[in-house]
Amino acid sequence: MNQAEPILKVRDLSVEFTIPSGGLFGGRKVLRAVKNVSFDLYQGETLGIVGESGCGKSTLSRAVIRMLQASSGESIWLGRDIQKMSPKELVALRKDVQMVFQDPLASLNPRMTAGAIIAEPLQIHYPEINKTERTARVIEMMEKVGLTADMINKYPHEFSGGQCQRIGIARALITRPKLVVCDEAVSALDVSIRAQVINLLMDLQKEMGISLLFISHDIAVVRHIAQRVMVLYFGEVVEIGEAEQVVMNPQHDYTKKLIASVPVPDPKLEMERRELRRKLRKAAA
Amino acid sequence: MAGITGKDAVLTEYARKLETLDAPKGRSLTQDAMWRLARNKAALLSIAVVIFIVLFAFLGPYLLPWSYDKIDWSGIRKPPNFEAGHFAGTDQNGRDMLARIMQGTQMSLIVAAVATLVSVIIGVVYGAIAGYFGGKVDAVMMRFVDIMYALPYILFVIILVVIFGRNPVLLFVGIGCLEWLTMARIVRGQTLSIKEREFIEAARASGASSWAIIFRHIVPNLTGPVVIYATLTIPEIILTESFLSYLGLGVQEPQTSLGTLISFGAPVAETLPWMLIGPAVVLVTLLLCLTYIGDGLRDALDPKDR
Amino acid sequence: MALLEVKNLKVDFQTQDGVVHAVRDLSYTLEKGRTLAIVGESGSGKTQGAFALLGLLPRNGRASGSVVFDGKEILNLPLREINKYRAERIGIIFQDPMTSLNPYLRISRQMTEVLEKHRGMSHEAALAESVRFLDAVRIPDARNRVHMYPHEFSGGMRQRVMIAMSLLCQPELLIADEPTTALDVTVQAEIMDLLVDLQEDFGTAIILITHDLGIVAGSCEDTLVMFGGRVMEYRKTLDLFANPEHPYTQGLLAAVPRLDQKVDRLSTVSYDFMVGAREA
Repeated sequence: MNQAEPILKVRDLSVEFTIPSGGLFGGRKVLRAVKNVSFDLYQGETLGIVGESGCGKSTLSRAVIRMLQASSGESIWLGRDIQKMSPKELVALRKDVQMVFQDPLASLNPRMTAGAIIAEPLQIHYPEINKTERTARVIEMMEKVGLTADMINKYPHEFSGGQCQRIGIARALITRPKLVVCDEAVSALDVSIRAQVINLLMDLQKEMGISLLFISHDIAVVRHIAQRVMVLYFGEVVEIGEAEQVVMNPQHDYTKKLIASVPVPDPKLEMERRELRRKLRKAAA
Repeated sequence: MAGITGKDAVLTEYARKLETLDAPKGRSLTQDAMWRLARNKAALLSIAVVIFIVLFAFLGPYLLPWSYDKIDWSGIRKPPNFEAGHFAGTDQNGRDMLARIMQGTQMSLIVAAVATLVSVIIGVVYGAIAGYFGGKVDAVMMRFVDIMYALPYILFVIILVVIFGRNPVLLFVGIGCLEWLTMARIVRGQTLSIKEREFIEAARASGASSWAIIFRHIVPNLTGPVVIYATLTIPEIILTESFLSYLGLGVQEPQTSLGTLISFGAPVAETLPWMLIGPAVVLVTLLLCLTYIGDGLRDALDPKDR
Repeated sequence: MALLEVKNLKVDFQTQDGVVHAVRDLSYTLEKGRTLAIVGESGSGKTQGAFALLGLLPRNGRASGSVVFDGKEILNLPLREINKYRAERIGIIFQDPMTSLNPYLRISRQMTEVLEKHRGMSHEAALAESVRFLDAVRIPDARNRVHMYPHEFSGGMRQRVMIAMSLLCQPELLIADEPTTALDVTVQAEIMDLLVDLQEDFGTAIILITHDLGIVAGSCEDTLVMFGGRVMEYRKTLDLFANPEHPYTQGLLAAVPRLDQKVDRLSTVSYDFMVGAREA
C-alpha cells in the first residue's frame, strides 16, 4: 500500500489568525494556530490526529481541504494543490472529500428530513440524477449505515444521537468520496453507541476503500481506528508514526504525558499509572 | 467513479423497494410548534377571534342592507336603530356605521397584511445576505440600514404620498419598504448565530453554494423569530395606518379605515358615542388578539425560552 | 454508622408527554471518607439521582424514597434547611465550573464570603485560608491569583478553584458531577489525582458521577453502574473490574478501546438483558 503515491500530500501548512489584541487602539495580534505541518495520506489508510483542545487539530483538518484559508504551504490532492484551486475545482473536490462532524444533532439541518439531508450532496454534484434514482441511492446508503428505509421522512430531532451520526456518515458517503475527514466524530456519543459508530466507520472504510483523516482528543480511540498517528501540540507536529509505535514507545515528552494520562479501566494498573504520573509531574517541576 | 449514474441491478432493486415503501411522515418542527400552539388556550381563542373579525370584515358587508358609502337621508346622526337596519347607528352624513366599520376593518387588515408581507420579504433576504456574507458586505449593508433609521419616517411617508397619490395599498407597500429595517436587523443577528452551527459547515463541506446555503439552510431556520416579529409588525402597521389616517395622509373618502373612523369619532365622542365605540372596540380587540397570538407563537416556536 | 444512606430513591419528571421516570430505584450507602462512583450513560439517571439528594431538581421533578445523611432524613427538606447542608456539610462540583462561579466577582471575594459567613472568620484570616486552599489544589502563585476573576483562569485551573471552594467548609461529603468531562485528558488526570490526594488529606467522602469507567478504576472504592434509572451492578471497584457480573457492565467495559489492549473489533453493548425488564 505504501509503495503507491499518496493521495494527499501536505507540505509546510501553516494557519494564522489575526485577532484584536484588546484595548480600543490595541491593534492586531497574529495567532499561529498551525505551524508548518507536513504529512502524507495513502489510499484506504486512516491517519489519526491527536491533541488537546486548542492544539489546532480541527483548524489543520479544515485548512487541508480549504474549508478555511491557510496562510502558507500546500496540500496536494492527486497531484493538484487544493490551496490554489479555482472555486469551480473546489466544488468538484467536495465530491471526493467529505466531512463528518462532532455534534450529531447540530450537524443536521433541523428543518430537513433525513432523506433530504442525505440526498443533498447528490443533488449538488449529480443534478442529472432523477428523483427516483436519488431516493433509491439514499435508501441504499441508509441501509448501509444501519438505518432503515422507513426512517427517510423523519426529522433529526426524532432520532437518537447515534442515529443522527449515522445520518451524518450517510451524507458524507453518498457521493462515494475518496477521503473523509472525521472531526471528533465519535466524541459526543455515549460509550455503547460510540463502539457501534467506530465499527461502522471501519467497516465502510474497508468496503469502499476510503481514506480517513480521523481527528480526536482520545488517543485510545485513535489507536484503535488508525494505522498511523500524528500528535499535535500547540500547532506543531511533535510525533508522527505507526499507531502501535507511538502508543507503546512514545518519544516526545508531551506524548508520554498524554499516554500516561489516559485512564485505563483496570484498578490495579491505574494505581501504578498514578505513581508514574506523579513521577512525571515531579520531573517536570 | 464508475456506475454512479448507471442504473445497476442493486439500484433497480432499491427502486422497486421504493414503490412499496411505507415511510411514515416525521413530525417537523413546525408541526411540533403548531401542536404546542394548539394547547395554548389564550392564543387559540385569539386566533378564533381574529378569524371572526376577518370574516366580519370581508363577508359582513354582503349581509347588511346598507353599503358603506350610501347615504340615508332619513337617518343622519342617529343612534343604533334596528328597524332601519342601522345596527351601529349612522354618522354625520347618514352613512351606516356598521358597514363603515366593516369596510374600515377590511382596509386596515389589507394594508397590514401587504406592508408586513413586503417588510418580511425584504427584511429576510436583506438580513440573511448581510449576515451570511459578513465582513465588508455586512458593514455596507447594515450602515445603509442605520442611515435609513436616522431619516425621519414621516418625511418618507409624505414623499410616498406625493409619489403614489392616495392609493392606500401602494402607500402601504411603501410603508412596508420602510418597516423592513428592524426585520433585517433581527434576521441578520439570527443569521450570524445560525451560520456558526455545524450543519452550515456540513453544507459547505458538501459543496453547496452560498445561495443554496442561505435559502435552503438559513432562511427555513429563521421561521421562529420571523413569524414572531411579523405578528408584532401587523398591529404596529395598523397603528401606523391609524396615525397616518388621523393626520389625513391615509385612505381617502368615501373609503375608510379603523384609524380614520376613530379620528372622526373622537371629536364627537360625547354627542355621538357610537361613532367612536364601534371602531375602537374592533381595533382594541384586534390588537389584543394579535399580541396574544404573537406571544403564543413565541412560546410554541422557542419552547426553551419559557 | 454510614455517612449517607440512600434507600429506594425515585425521581419522576412531569413533562408534556407524561411522567418520565428518571430514577426508578436507587439504593446505596457511603461510609465516611470513602469514594463511590456512579457510572452511567446519558439518560441513565445518574445526575438526577445525585441532585435529588440536595433538592437540586428542576421544578417539574419530584423525588421520593429516603436519604439519611449523618442520621437525619434530608430528602425533600424545606429549602432553608437543605441550604444549610449544602453550604456547610455537602459540597458540589459541577461539570462546568462557571455555573457556580460568579463571573463578576474576584475569586478572593467569592471564597472569603463563604468563610466569613459560615465559619465566622475575620476577613484577613479568611483570605489566608483561601490562599491555603488554592495551594492545596496546586494552583501556582496562589497568593496573587486569588485576586483574579474566574475568566482569567484556564478550564483546568477553574475546576481547581471550584474544588477549593467546595472544600472551604470542609464538607463531609463532596458530590462531583462529571468534574473532568469538559477537560483535556492530561488535565483530567491531574484533577482526578488531586481529588484522590485531597481525600486522603481532608477525609471527605466523595460521590463521583461519571460516564467514564476508566477514571473510576483508579480512584473509587465502590462502583455503582446505572442504566435506565436502575442499578445494574453495585460492588467493590476491584471486584467489578476483575469480574463484571452484569451483562451491561461487561458490555460497557468491552466497548471502550483501551490503551493497554489491542482488539481488532470493538464489541458493542447488548441490551438483551432489558427484555422482560422493561415493564417491570
